[in-house]
Parts: sequence; C-alpha cells; structure tokens
Amino acid sequence: MGLGNMAEFALILVSTILVNNFVLVQFLGLCPFMGVSGKLETAIGMSAATTFVLTLASILSYLTFQYILVPLDLEFLRTISFILVIAVVVQFTEMVVHKTSPLLYRVLGIFLPLITTNCAVLGVALLNTNRAEQTFMKSATYGLGAAIGFSLILILFAGLRERIAIADVPAPFRGAAIGMITAGLMSLAFMGFTGLIRL
Amino acid sequence: MSMILTAVLVLLGLALIFGAILGYAAIRFKVEGDPIVDQINDVLPQTQCGQCGHPGCKPYAEGIANGEPINKCPPGGESTIQALADLLDVEVLPLDAEHGEEKPKMVAYIREAECIGCTKCIQACPVDAILGAAKQMHTVITDECTGCDLCVEPCPVDCIDMLPLPTTPQNWKWDFPLPGAAVIATDAQRGAA
Repeated sequence: MGLGNMAEFALILVSTILVNNFVLVQFLGLCPFMGVSGKLETAIGMSAATTFVLTLASILSYLTFQYILVPLDLEFLRTISFILVIAVVVQFTEMVVHKTSPLLYRVLGIFLPLITTNCAVLGVALLNTNRAEQTFMKSATYGLGAAIGFSLILILFAGLRERIAIADVPAPFRGAAIGMITAGLMSLAFMGFTGLIRL
Repeated sequence: MSMILTAVLVLLGLALIFGAILGYAAIRFKVEGDPIVDQINDVLPQTQCGQCGHPGCKPYAEGIANGEPINKCPPGGESTIQALADLLDVEVLPLDAEHGEEKPKMVAYIREAECIGCTKCIQACPVDAILGAAKQMHTVITDECTGCDLCVEPCPVDCIDMLPLPTTPQNWKWDFPLPGAAVIATDAQRGAA
C-alpha cells in the first residue's frame, strides 16, 4: 500500500468522521442518538455494538452488491438485500454478545435489535455503493469511519446530557427539549468542518 | 421475465444462506439459562432464609436481574451488597432495615432433652440440616446450618436456640463473598479438601 493510498484512506476517515458526519451533518441514525444518550455507559456500549455492526454490514453489503447484484444486473435489488444483510449481522451480533458478555447484553437490552432499524447502517451501505471506484478496503474504511463518527457524536452528546441533567434548566425546556437544542447546536458546530475536504 | 426470475432466485438464495448462518449460530451460541442470574446467585449467601421476601436465594437473584434493589439480604449484609454493586455496576445501597438487620453468623441448637420429635423444624429447614424422625429426638448438623432461624418459629415446645457461631481458625474467612464460593458449608470443605 503506497503513501498515496494511505492518504486516500485518511481522507475517507476524516470525511466520514467529521466533514460528512452521519448523525450531525447527514441526519442519519437520530433515534439511537436521542434514545441511548442519557447515560455515558450505555452510550459507550451502544457505540461499540454499532461500530462492529456498521463496519461488518458495510463490508458484507459491498460484497453482496459487487459480486452478486452487479454481475446479474440486479442493482435495483440493493435496498432489500442490504436490509437482509444488516438484519442478519445484527441478529448474529446479538447472539454472540448474549453468549460472551451477559452484562453488556443487559446494558444494551432493547437497543441491540434496534440497530437493525438504525437508518445510519442502511444509509452507509447505500451511500457506499453510490460512490465511484469503490474497492473492498475503501468500503471497509468508509463503514469504519461512519461508525467512529457515530460513536464520537453519541459519546460527546451523552457527556453533555449527563451535565445538563444536573443543570438548572428552565422547566419548559427540561428533558428531550433541551436535548434537541443541544443537538442542534452541535450540528451547527459540525457544519464548521464543511469545506475542510471534499470527497 | 427472466430478469424477474433471476431477481427472485437471487433473493431466495441470499435468504437461504443467511438463514443457514443464523440457524448455525443459534445452536453454536446457545445460552443455557440466564448467566447473569447465576453470577448473582453465586454472590448471595445461600442461607435460603427468605428474609428478602423470595422463597430462596435463586429467586431473589432472578429478581435482582430484573431490576429489584440489591439491599434486601440481611445475612449477606454489607459485603454482599458491595459485591452485587460491583457485579451489576450499580450504586451501593445501605441494607434495607425492613427485611432485617445484619447479625453475626448463627447456628441453630436443639435442646435435645425437650425435643418431642414432631418433625416440624425438619420441614421448615431450607437446607435439610436437621436430622431426626417422628417421635425421635432431632439434632442440627452444624456444618449444614445456615443460621436462617426458620426452624425456631414452628417448634411447638420452643426448644431451638440460635447460638452465635464462634469464630475458629477452621471457619474464619475473609469478610467478602468470593464469587463461585461454596453453596453450603460442607461443599466448601469438600472443595478445600
């Protein structure tokens, strides 16, 4: 792998983590973003599970697309087959986590199956196929970058919300309302990254 | 027409492959029971005294796994609560006085001269630590007794005393529950031997 290649991968990472962050810039995966960010520990657990699923799902959906759908001229089937791939990866992850780490399983609880309906996962897989000259390593990096971006935002936001929970917030803004406002402000801040690089 | 056929076949094939993977994983990663319940059960003192409101330690472990407070176990006391808090990653709570106070380890003693052999205490004992038969004198197997005092209540002639168990080099142990520690006293000795 040459230096130029490395730079390209670094660019993909920076682009997906900061510039085109899936949560705050492309507004995908907002349900776990609001739902699981109440406590820092659950946010970290959710981030780990999502990172694993997102990376694996983007690799597998790339393989499905490139080696099954494209040769057979069936690109129009990509949405339904990606949903299938994601559902299987999530189900599989759930089984493995249940077996290997009961505590993590208890903490993640309902949110593990909810990754299936996390639009960020399907969004990453679909956007991935739209990009020109896709290779195996690039899709893996793309998925990983998206996952790191998601985790970064989720953990930062959970930290903020833990602080807000003890702050003196005016009554009408308490709870989800101040969470929405905070998310909006974070999104504004992330728009500052636009123009850093173009991919 | 052939396009539709290929599409259907491809989806069918994908579904079959994924179904096979999941089916295999369901067998390979099968979970027997709920492991967290077993881990909690290992930390509880296994007196089976029912002071928490459950019929025994295992049901209380299931209760804790479903979100019940961890401070309902007087025989376990401070150290059990501490261990549960570490295991479940929750806050340490003071012992709930409603369910009783932490007492030194006790053992039941039957004043044998007064025993009428009614077997009521045998039926009450959750760990089968009382030996005897109808109209025969009963006695307590000290090693098996968990000191739960469930046998005191049913005795019609009040011949059972709860005596504090003196600490000797044989039964002294560090004051925190070890995970995977013995279920009852004799198991511990067997394990150590």
